[in-house]
Amino acid sequence: MSETTISKSEVAHVANLAKLAFDDAELVQFTTQLDSILNIFDTLGEVNTDGVAPTYSVTENVNHLREDVADNWHQKQALLKNAPLEAADLIKVPAILDGEGE
Amino acid sequence: MTINFFDNDLTSLHEKLVNNDISTVDLTQATLENIEKTDSELQAFIRTNSDEALLQAKKIDAQHDFSNILSGLPLAFKDNLATNGIETTGASHILEGFKPVYDATVVSKLSTVGAISVGKTNMDEFAMGGSTETSYYKKTANAWDHTKVPGGSSGGSAAAVAGGQIPFALGSDTGGSIRQPAAFNGIVGLKPTYGRVSRWGLFAMASSLDQIGPFTRTVKDNALVLNTIAGFDEKDSTSSKRDVPDFTSKLTGDVKGLKIAVPKEYFGEGIDPKVATTVKAAIAQLEAMGATVDEVSLPHTKYGVAAYYIIMSSEASSNLQRYDGVRYGFRADDVKNLEDLYIKTRSEGFGDEVKRRIMLGTFSLSAGAYDAFFKKAAKIRTLLIEDFNKVFADYDVIVGPTAPTVAYGLGEEIDDPTAMYLADVLTIPVNLAGLPGMSVNAGFVDGLPVGLQIIGKPFDEATVYQTGYAFEQASRLFEQRPNIAKKY
Repeated sequence: MSETTISKSEVAHVANLAKLAFDDAELVQFTTQLDSILNIFDTLGEVNTDGVAPTYSVTENVNHLREDVADNWHQKQALLKNAPLEAADLIKVPAILDGEGE
Repeated sequence: MTINFFDNDLTSLHEKLVNNDISTVDLTQATLENIEKTDSELQAFIRTNSDEALLQAKKIDAQHDFSNILSGLPLAFKDNLATNGIETTGASHILEGFKPVYDATVVSKLSTVGAISVGKTNMDEFAMGGSTETSYYKKTANAWDHTKVPGGSSGGSAAAVAGGQIPFALGSDTGGSIRQPAAFNGIVGLKPTYGRVSRWGLFAMASSLDQIGPFTRTVKDNALVLNTIAGFDEKDSTSSKRDVPDFTSKLTGDVKGLKIAVPKEYFGEGIDPKVATTVKAAIAQLEAMGATVDEVSLPHTKYGVAAYYIIMSSEASSNLQRYDGVRYGFRADDVKNLEDLYIKTRSEGFGDEVKRRIMLGTFSLSAGAYDAFFKKAAKIRTLLIEDFNKVFADYDVIVGPTAPTVAYGLGEEIDDPTAMYLADVLTIPVNLAGLPGMSVNAGFVDGLPVGLQIIGKPFDEATVYQTGYAFEQASRLFEQRPNIAKKY
């Protein structure tokens, strides 16, 4: 059974995918911890799962259909109150590209 | 007026309201005073909402409608259950200040029958942890020994009930987060069958595993709360359309002929011998009362932790993508552009345990790892379910310990995530299989409670309650009180 290891640069790559940033000390700490957790994950390799179907959900329901009726469209003001920054009835965010201003 | 919840179960409180011995306002006020008296030591609440609670209590008194047993009774919600207009954070910095614009279905069901929410309880951040120590806001103490953890992630709800602040509370359980804190605090906590209770308004951690359930001091109280919160909900397509039975129907105290299975794997390596002895004595008690007890095997148990941490973290990393600082909660300052806003907000807004799980999930779902980890874990999940199905072909319930140890010291385990994950070995398989599971107090080791876990067939919470009730009524362990009970 092969052992999965994860390097500092792989941890940095995964962090980038997850939209997280770590400084160097954090990268070292997360690499050590994730490596030790991956060792636990590796034990699954001991089990023969040939021909076993995966289970992604345990609900008995198949499809649940209903009429597409909008019943909560009037919540705009309440929702805007939660936004960290709002202007002109819209949620304000910084520019997508550098140097474009707001 | 004062009220002592150690002297009053839900039925007794209900009768006092019906007979006008107390008013809802008095009861609410007395509850808020109980919390005031003890929360400096317990730290179970992130916030109380006394104004809203007293306003609601006045309304209930004016209507004088106590047709539901929970009408007028105070409770608390775990802080990952949405409460309309009342701050709900999941104990995370990233949701600081967030006021939901709707009630979770369990919140609206309880509010409709007139139950009074007095506050939001502490928890591990986004329910990720087993000690409530990953909360951004505070550390909660165990009701029996304030130097010990209350368990987690629903540690605040468990400590609040066990410490006599409130008569009942709701929590959520993704891998043991109701049962383990119930065990650590010596009370009753039930994770219902997946689909029994609507998840609408529960901040999602792992959508195929999460369930909401009650914390109470007795089994009967627990069944009464489930009676009110269970049932199909249009807003949760995984909620079940099955009929909701009266969950108190089998509380006879009789277990003659009940077939109990005891998995040998639940008493294996890593289980504290004193915990094992206490739980075995509880099982012997059930046998003496007429149940048949046999040892069985759930051979894939030891793979549960790995399968769970892959599946849970994968689902969580996906669910937690929504926290980006745009629409609600915390937003980082000094950002250069939108991408920077996402990264800085998430890096400053999430704690380490949440980041660890997002990282594990993102890794498990990534191109090179999907088959070896995520898909493999989903296949192991099938094998774990088949293990349970085989046993349930011949038995009514499965029993064993809830947790491998009693509550440990605050700060003792928090820096060792691997050890924390492995401690979930006994509760995790129940979530992977979607089964109902409950913890009731089995006794004490060195003054700390030990949990007896009772696992049932899908949608057979009634038999789980029957088993727990019979043991509880015979052992009378619920009559033991922590020192904090003297404060009321």
